[in-house]
Amino acid sequence: MKIIVCIKQVPDTTNVKINPETNTLVREGVESIINPFDMYAIEEAVRLKEKYEGTVTALSMGPPQVESALRESVSLGVDEIYLLSDRAFAGADTLATAYTLAAGINNLEGADVVLMGKQAIDGDTGQVGPGVAENLGLPHITDVRKIEEIDGNGYMTVQRLLEDGYVRLKVKLPAVLTVVKEINEPRMPSLKGKMRAKSKEMKVWTAADLDIDKERIGLSGSPTWVTKIFTPPKPKGGKIFQGETRDTVSELLDELVKGGIPIKRGGGK
Amino acid sequence: MNDIKVIVEKCVGCGLCIKACPYVAISLVDKKAVINEKCTLCGACVDACKRYQAIVITRTTFSGQKVAAYSGIAVLAEHRHDRLSSIVPEIIGAAKVLQKTLNKKLSAILVGKNVKHMAGEIISYGVDEVWMIDNPKIDDFAEDVHASLVTDILLEKKPEIFLGGGTVMGRSLLPRVAARLLTGLTADCTELEMDPEAMILKQTRPAFGGNIMATILCKNHRPQMATVRHKVMKPAKKADDGHEGKIVEMDYIDIPDSQVEVLEFVKEDTNTVNIADADFIVSGGRGLRDPKNFKLIEELAQALGGAVGASRAAVDADWIPYSHQVGQTGKTVNPKIYIACGISGAIQHLAGMKSSDIIIAINNDPNAPIFDVAHYGIVGDLFEVVPELVKQIKGK
Amino acid sequence: MNYFLNEEQKEIQNLARKIAKEKIEPLALEYDESQSFPWEIVKILGQSDLFGVFIPEEYGGLGGGVFEMCLVVEELSSACGGIALSYAASALGTIPIILFGNDEQKKKYLPRLATGEIIAAFALTEPDAGSDAAAIKTQAKLDGDHYVLNGTKQWITNGGEAFINTVICITDPSRGARGSSAILVEKGTPGFEGGKKENKMGIRASATRELIFQDCKVPKENLLGREGQGFLVAMKTFDQSRPGVAAQAVGIAQGALDKAVAYSRERYQKGQPISNFQGVQFMLADMATQVEAARALTLQAAKTIDGGEKNVAKISSMAKLFASDTAMKVTTDAVQVFGGYGYMKEYPVEKMMRDAKITQIYEGTNQIQREVIALQLIKESVRRKD
Repeated sequence: MKIIVCIKQVPDTTNVKINPETNTLVREGVESIINPFDMYAIEEAVRLKEKYEGTVTALSMGPPQVESALRESVSLGVDEIYLLSDRAFAGADTLATAYTLAAGINNLEGADVVLMGKQAIDGDTGQVGPGVAENLGLPHITDVRKIEEIDGNGYMTVQRLLEDGYVRLKVKLPAVLTVVKEINEPRMPSLKGKMRAKSKEMKVWTAADLDIDKERIGLSGSPTWVTKIFTPPKPKGGKIFQGETRDTVSELLDELVKGGIPIKRGGGK
Repeated sequence: MNDIKVIVEKCVGCGLCIKACPYVAISLVDKKAVINEKCTLCGACVDACKRYQAIVITRTTFSGQKVAAYSGIAVLAEHRHDRLSSIVPEIIGAAKVLQKTLNKKLSAILVGKNVKHMAGEIISYGVDEVWMIDNPKIDDFAEDVHASLVTDILLEKKPEIFLGGGTVMGRSLLPRVAARLLTGLTADCTELEMDPEAMILKQTRPAFGGNIMATILCKNHRPQMATVRHKVMKPAKKADDGHEGKIVEMDYIDIPDSQVEVLEFVKEDTNTVNIADADFIVSGGRGLRDPKNFKLIEELAQALGGAVGASRAAVDADWIPYSHQVGQTGKTVNPKIYIACGISGAIQHLAGMKSSDIIIAINNDPNAPIFDVAHYGIVGDLFEVVPELVKQIKGK
Repeated sequence: MNYFLNEEQKEIQNLARKIAKEKIEPLALEYDESQSFPWEIVKILGQSDLFGVFIPEEYGGLGGGVFEMCLVVEELSSACGGIALSYAASALGTIPIILFGNDEQKKKYLPRLATGEIIAAFALTEPDAGSDAAAIKTQAKLDGDHYVLNGTKQWITNGGEAFINTVICITDPSRGARGSSAILVEKGTPGFEGGKKENKMGIRASATRELIFQDCKVPKENLLGREGQGFLVAMKTFDQSRPGVAAQAVGIAQGALDKAVAYSRERYQKGQPISNFQGVQFMLADMATQVEAARALTLQAAKTIDGGEKNVAKISSMAKLFASDTAMKVTTDAVQVFGGYGYMKEYPVEKMMRDAKITQIYEGTNQIQREVIALQLIKESVRRKD
């Protein structure tokens, strides 16, 4: 089985702090990491490989420094790594990104399963997965929380998380899946994997290497434009109650009722 | 060629662009801004440099649809289990605000099996036309069929704006539609506004876990598409004056076969699980110390008629299932009241609940970051405070 | 301090640190309470190749030595001394196979030990033979193709969990200590059972059991080295493993120091963090200095051993002695910095103090270590006079 995982390198927001005076992000010393949701996709891909045999290829689009993310994926069990990197790809919105990644997947002559995280923690859009599927003409399933099995006829059964439960779906491969955290617990890298990662050959493809319409990539392929970026207003300092439990609770409830909040004492639902 | 350029003569070396850049792609060299290869052309610096206009991005986009051929607003009437989803009135509410400026027809797309009975309700919210395909072949969960039919309807009806819900379904379906129509889509918007002069939709959404807001335009492509974050927009009210609307049946559109077979839907206890829908959420974190103590959280949630949430620490320790997790790697919630008990307030957690109407923090550490975002806080032992809250709310 | 680690050593240290922080620390208190064996963590350590750092490359390892083993043990110990011990005790059981095993024995066990698929244990101590190791009674009688083992080992770390056990027993009672031999016993061999699990003060995530041998038949090929080499195997093994105990002590101490520093900045008294008070500052400064000195001695001992130095008993004992005394002192002080909270089980330093105590006792009590060091000093002095 051939599995492709699409990964994105993102700033590690775990270490992001807010400057309380300017209310802006403090980005100094913020490291780049593999998008956390993509870590689950990598793990799931490696588990599929271990169970059904095959290869896992990681594919990413981005500037040259994305190499480190791809190499890290090797230490986690990925076999081959490909980077789509070209100044012409820069400024891509989700439409252009999905188009470019799909072209990369076509260059790899497709896959049985394409996996990625449900969204990236910098953009939070979750739009690239379905977009890639559309460009490849494949079905997609988002928010997959479990891959139950792949049967002998090439059908995959998955559980997809919904707001009020989950739905079990059966899809004929090839297909594109985006995964949620619940799907697995990513393994730790291995030392031998880390050494493999150092020497692994990484293939870089530019726009010229792909079968694409130059108009449809990067900024020119992006219908959406960011016109303004701002930090949301800082929350005004809240009201803090301290003291005897009975008093603080009662003061809080008084305050809420005063503010028109529908908590009724002695009532409740 | 598309690219970004610093106009050296105009740059005063103020460094505002450096602060604005989310990718640490700008530095000052000899008191002039220099942009390195980390730049993703996101445009944050251009906006930051409004005063000096020293950074410009030149761009041409691929030629799209004839903008003038598109008119009006359409919304996706999402439904499940024979009922309209609770987000539909919210999307219609947002659309009606746009309609005031745009002054064009407001329509809804209703696709599914046995959906006709919902059309009246949709109209009562103030919708002018319901574009409907009602066919027993269309399963609720066959999103590929939905996507295909929605695309066909949009191609025929050509609305200039198309909005869907920032729900699991909406965020899976609309990207597929946008990719087929080759138009722009903005995810999970918290603010929508018409630019009264250009008559373009200004779409504002959080990024970087809610630490940054971005306003996005789709100038040359139609329809302008967006998904709308749940529980942010004010829902439309049902009109009392018997608003007139019409149902347009579009049965002539072919229904494709689904590539996905739906085996079964498994419902989870929505009272406490469905944190995305709840008006009240009570969340527990590491401060609970033991899985048994989630009972306290449940009692308070029950007293308020709300749902139970949890921090990542509690989920990672297997105290409570993942479906309860609030935060960056869990769910984003916007309840009326969010009560955080024993949650210190890591940035990832804040990302998931910061936009709640009212945040109440209960924590014994007065320096916990959760108090920075809380509207109200009680500094104290949650094992005393939470039962006392239950007691006073129940009025015992 | 900069120990000028090479790239591979840095990778080992970083990975062990990552696992300690992300996988071990969140579970440390739970394991301490439940006393269940940390198989979940052992599996992670195995998948990450950390069990292979001190195993030769030709047998599936990474070809490092005692130094690399110490790097891992220290990092793991900073999160949980008990879980780290399960790792270190497996190393203790593996080292005799590396040192004395024939090619067949190495091929049979080392690759599986390197991946963590199986773990090892080393069994010497008996109820009446602690510091006086020569008093062991467990016997192995050659009977055709087999040794037949009878006797009881006590306080064996990884006992009952380990697949491969290096057991020191008497093969020739007439020769005393010279009549002992090291024999490999696999888990599941009829007549071999793990006895009751000890309920310990600290390092409670590790399993400590009796090993009971009743007419336990083991193939003759399982003899490690030659008959009569039992004590040589034990002493050479301890020479190599002792810095591991020192590294465990350094790790526990470093973990406690980190917690104490962090807490001193969070804890406010009289309107300011207690780290502002000189009384606290002096304690932290002393703790940090002692930890660094212990680490330097430990890593230097490990380097000396890996470098092929023959007589390592003195430096090995010095490292173990100094690091374990430091661990006890630093963890006790960490509890002090935490004040009343430090005494509570919800806070991590109480456990660290309990974990630290054993490092002064096992693999030769610190009194025995001092004896060893003094003996060496006297020997050297005599030699110099000659």
